[in-house]
Amino acid sequence: MKTLQQALVITRKDLRAEMRTKETLNAAVSFSISVLLLFSFALDPTPEQTAEIGGGILWMIFLFAGTLVFNRSFARELPNDCLDALISSPASSAAIFLGKCFAGFLLMLIVEILSIPVFTLFFGGKIFDQLPPLAVTLITATWAVTIMGTTFSALTVNLRLRELMLPVLVYPMLLPAMLGAFKILTALVAGQPFEEDAQWLRVLIGFDVIFTSLALALADSILVN
Amino acid sequence: MSLAVDIQGVWKFYGDFPALRNINIQAAPGDCVALLGRNGAGKTTLLRIAAGLSRPAKGTVTINGGIGWLGHGIGVYEELSAYENLVVFGQLHGLPDPKKTAHSWLERTGLDRVADALVREFSRGMRQRLAVARAFLHEPQVVLFDEPFTSLDDRAIALLQSLFAEAIGKGRTVIMSTHQLREAMELSTHVVMLQRGSMVHFGPRTQEMLADPGYLYRTYGEA
Repeated sequence: MKTLQQALVITRKDLRAEMRTKETLNAAVSFSISVLLLFSFALDPTPEQTAEIGGGILWMIFLFAGTLVFNRSFARELPNDCLDALISSPASSAAIFLGKCFAGFLLMLIVEILSIPVFTLFFGGKIFDQLPPLAVTLITATWAVTIMGTTFSALTVNLRLRELMLPVLVYPMLLPAMLGAFKILTALVAGQPFEEDAQWLRVLIGFDVIFTSLALALADSILVN
Repeated sequence: MSLAVDIQGVWKFYGDFPALRNINIQAAPGDCVALLGRNGAGKTTLLRIAAGLSRPAKGTVTINGGIGWLGHGIGVYEELSAYENLVVFGQLHGLPDPKKTAHSWLERTGLDRVADALVREFSRGMRQRLAVARAFLHEPQVVLFDEPFTSLDDRAIALLQSLFAEAIGKGRTVIMSTHQLREAMELSTHVVMLQRGSMVHFGPRTQEMLADPGYLYRTYGEA
């Protein structure tokens, strides 16, 4: 309970700082919408093509936007050595890590919620026909991106080339989760029954549980030293 | 009396290079330990290990009570106001009324009139005072400061000296590294001298050291 309270303090702090500068959100949202526009003009897809590739396009954009979000996650703590002040406080490494995850997760969801209507505008598709499965998929797959993004953000925060290293490390690790997210979202864009791809949701949930547990167990080793 | 800080046989390596070699320091409540030594002697490494920011290769560090840490960075957020910064750290420390405590520390550090201004708009002296407030906010049992007097303005030095004196008077333990020998000797009860990662001296601060702050440096050939 104490860990969760401390995590929420860190989440609120990160979101307050972000809402004041909007540096991450502006970059990620404008990037997503620009790339959607570019894809729409470059591919000019028919409804059949949208049904085939729409889910993939959306998740590729969310992944790229995610690196913009998670690059800032721990980098925000670098000025004035704020991470040292956090670690020396009674907040556990797991609380610090979880707080960062919650903030990144919410920022990612905002990017997705703003991007999906733009996608529908340019590409069409039936993505809003099955809202509950869409919400569950976005939440589980976004958490997968969040947990990996935050972990590697912490690991690469002191590297000179962290902006380059983060996607190089995160994307291969996310392959199983993204495979599931691509499949489900493609089905939803095509208006196919969600039940056919429900097993991929189990993959996503399994991925989330395993990597969240691992990240929390290793948080101290990741943050200290 | 139980020890507030117990550092036993601490070693630290950077690659193959031993940054700290078998350091043993014990401090009781009410002690103020000045860590002296040239740049690269291992003062910052030792303080970071004591604060839990780095792990020793060998040895143990036991700290009884909460830590107040102030390193080279001030540890406050530029995008938050002074008040918001103190409330965040007050909440993390589990203070019963973080808002009230934040207000009282802002008043004490002379920052109450700029409480709602963002830290990025602060002068260097104001930032330093806020950092001191952040480190003392939760009334820590053990205060670990890395070169606290460096680049402070007169007002911040006076504030810090009074806070150190008050903390020591209340039975708290202060360990600080410093190059400001006169200030260190006036405050400290014990002195540690590090030389290339080894502890060459650990003992009570003597009248001789107080009268001649450079005494230890000359004794160990570092004058």
